[in-house]
Amino acid sequence: MPEAPAPLAGVRLPGAALRRRWPPPLLLAAAVAGPLIVVLPVGEILLEVARIGPAEAVRLLWRPLVAELLVNTIGLVIAATLSAALVGTAAAWLVERTDLPGRRFFAVAAAVPLAVPPFISSYAWLSISPALEGFLGALVVVTSSYFPLVYLPVAASLRGMDPALEETARSLGQGASGSFLRVVLPQLRPALLGGMLLVALNVLVEFGAFALLRFRTFTTELYAEYRTGFNGPAEALLALILLLLCLICLFAELRIRGLARYARIGAGVRRPVTLLSLGRARLPVFALFVLLVLAALGLPLGMILYWLTRHGSAAVTPVAVSLEGLVEATFSSVWLGFAGAALTVVLALPLGLLATRYPGRLVTLLERSAYLGQGVPGIVIALAFITITIRTVQPLYQTAATLIVAYAILFLPLALVSVRAALMQAERRLEEIGRSLGLGWFNVTRRIVLPLAGPGLGAAAALVFVSIVTELTATLLLAPIGTNTLAMQIWADTSTLAFAAAAPYAAMMVLLSLFSTWLLARRFGATRLFQQ
Amino acid sequence: MAALEIAGLAKAFEHHRVLDSVDLSVAAGTMVAILGASGSGKTTLLRLVAGFERADAGTIRIGGETASGPGVHLPPERRRIGYMAQEGALFPHLSVADNVLFGLPRPQRRDRRRAEELLALAGLPASYAGRAPHELSGGEQSRVALARALAPKPRLVLLDEPFAALDPGLRTETRQAVAAALLAAGATALLVTHDQPEALSMGREVAVLREGRLVQVARPEALYRRPLDAQLARFVGEAVLVSGQATDGTVRCSLGRLALAPDMPDGEVEVLIRPEQIRLVPPGESADALARVNGVTFYGHDASVSLVLSEVAGAPELSARVAGHMCPRIGEEVGIRVEGPVTVFRVA
Repeated sequence: MPEAPAPLAGVRLPGAALRRRWPPPLLLAAAVAGPLIVVLPVGEILLEVARIGPAEAVRLLWRPLVAELLVNTIGLVIAATLSAALVGTAAAWLVERTDLPGRRFFAVAAAVPLAVPPFISSYAWLSISPALEGFLGALVVVTSSYFPLVYLPVAASLRGMDPALEETARSLGQGASGSFLRVVLPQLRPALLGGMLLVALNVLVEFGAFALLRFRTFTTELYAEYRTGFNGPAEALLALILLLLCLICLFAELRIRGLARYARIGAGVRRPVTLLSLGRARLPVFALFVLLVLAALGLPLGMILYWLTRHGSAAVTPVAVSLEGLVEATFSSVWLGFAGAALTVVLALPLGLLATRYPGRLVTLLERSAYLGQGVPGIVIALAFITITIRTVQPLYQTAATLIVAYAILFLPLALVSVRAALMQAERRLEEIGRSLGLGWFNVTRRIVLPLAGPGLGAAAALVFVSIVTELTATLLLAPIGTNTLAMQIWADTSTLAFAAAAPYAAMMVLLSLFSTWLLARRFGATRLFQQ
Repeated sequence: MAALEIAGLAKAFEHHRVLDSVDLSVAAGTMVAILGASGSGKTTLLRLVAGFERADAGTIRIGGETASGPGVHLPPERRRIGYMAQEGALFPHLSVADNVLFGLPRPQRRDRRRAEELLALAGLPASYAGRAPHELSGGEQSRVALARALAPKPRLVLLDEPFAALDPGLRTETRQAVAAALLAAGATALLVTHDQPEALSMGREVAVLREGRLVQVARPEALYRRPLDAQLARFVGEAVLVSGQATDGTVRCSLGRLALAPDMPDGEVEVLIRPEQIRLVPPGESADALARVNGVTFYGHDASVSLVLSEVAGAPELSARVAGHMCPRIGEEVGIRVEGPVTVFRVA
């Protein structure tokens, strides 16, 4: 007897009344601000490119340099994505599905490398041996920095998978490897592909690590050309190619995220998994995992500690470190972080309100444009802003305001995800109940929305703060003259091989980053945090 | 011949005994229902038979082959069992047909007709073959899961509370479809459930598990009519329990002198009367006792009536099941007659 298909669990259909509501004009106007500044640098690059004649464009594109950059960049993106996929998936499977000793520790240790920016890791690797310059070094550094981007979604996906699926596969005659290949892996596909594209995107926009490792990619080339003088058309074309590569990854990622994530069919109490015994492989696998954590986390932290204990003059290039310099750089990083986080959350808030309260086509469009920021490399934003401020709004050239707006573009997507989730917590229903109990909109906001959404908004601000403190590219290009942040000082010292001089700044940055991450993870749970 | 033989099976998790010397045998082509409250160890028993967990002691023989025993643990994939998990556990990335054919050797997995035959066996139309699992209702998912479990012709089918997540109307219908499919396939099956009507209606025999031990294994009727103790009596159905004095095939209690079932003990006893054994008669007609109606819960086809005996001071409330059209009013005086022999338990 055929029955009517049951509605999918967990799918919330917005009521028709909700969909037809038109947002208040003031809110709409406020929400447009974010997407508008995101589109600004992209528009500027396009304008720049449009000025180049076709013949000139072909000549500029048909250069060995462009081919070399393409080969380097795409080669590294592919290699890093594959190795991060392999390492991330293996780590997730070991932590979630086997009796690996110290699983709980590894579960955290495999996520933490995200809090150490790659230019810090490359500093650590490079200060061991200069032989790590080039492709191999770049591959090692980005893999060890970015494998958590695969590990986290895959581990979450494994945790969410009903163990009964694997058991059923076993009962139907599949061994452990057969059920992994035929049942587990196909269901990991969305998480795995999503994570891999995030790795690709991050590798595409990475600048600091590759510059230190002397590995030429689009970002390092753009920076070099900027330093050697302003060559508008050639630079704009290179920026456009890089932008296109990023956008391809971004759109692929958005598509995969939108595709049916294999939802668990049905709802009920799930049994904990039976862990697979590694048997004799237990110790070797444990040793490998320890090695991974050492490479991704132990080495950067260890090398910073090592150089901290050396006198400044013991390094390759001796530079004296002053306490004042450290305090000043820390202060600059922190205040830029706070200001950037504040602006970003303020821009994200009206967008989040629109998206959760007045869903519709226009709102979706605005939201998507804000997410575009994720696909615009920091170096492209910085170069576009330099051009815009020099040409049109000269007073804003090399001011903190410009830098903070650039931060807002870079991290609006990050903030928006948290803000949106936070506002979801304060459901409309609850607001309506507040209204029915005689509260005006102000008191509804104060007594219902803010207490419910507040922690999430705080998390959004904290995430943006951490990202700004560890950001290098835009900071380096846009910071006002005389401002020196931690990232800038580390960059200045490491690029002249003054490793000992860089150590205190690197230590301070890693401390700030780890501390904020730890605080966030404690408050909101590590997985939820990193999944964003 | 027994298709499944379990002897002396024991399992503990972190020093907590979950199963203790369980013995059970299931005859080929029949279904045994394991009935137990949550935490009784019934799911663990099923998982030991499936091979998902390792037994601490005892043996499991499936189709005459030792699957678990001292020094032996056949992995699940080599036990030739069919397993139907709670809520079906269909593979979300595969179509219905691919789910059904999953356990067959590679060349046979393309055989669309085979999938349709198996779907038909589970009472589903052939047109479902191309659908995705999430397009099916809960009951349909269960049937696909059964078809998938039966496809490789397993020696034994294990059903782990397969209907628990379904809503009541669908549950009965799905249960019947599954029972029919199992019968048609001639399959031997072990069903685990906490639902009494499900166990009684589906099992050829019902094995009651309590705190890791099998307390009684019997045909459903025998289990319901003659449970081994008062606790079991209450567990398998609604029960009225009163104290009494048994002699020579009868028992005297507050409901009068009642006939005893054969082979019952004499002396100080507890009497088990099922609510549907209590008949209400108009006052004046010959009755075993008189009672006043204290409350009525009306269900439509029948009703549950709570009664207080009129002639006994401080007597406990009794409950009777009457047909819906015979439902009395609250406060009414009625006569009570107990139909059929009753079971008694010796008072310790």
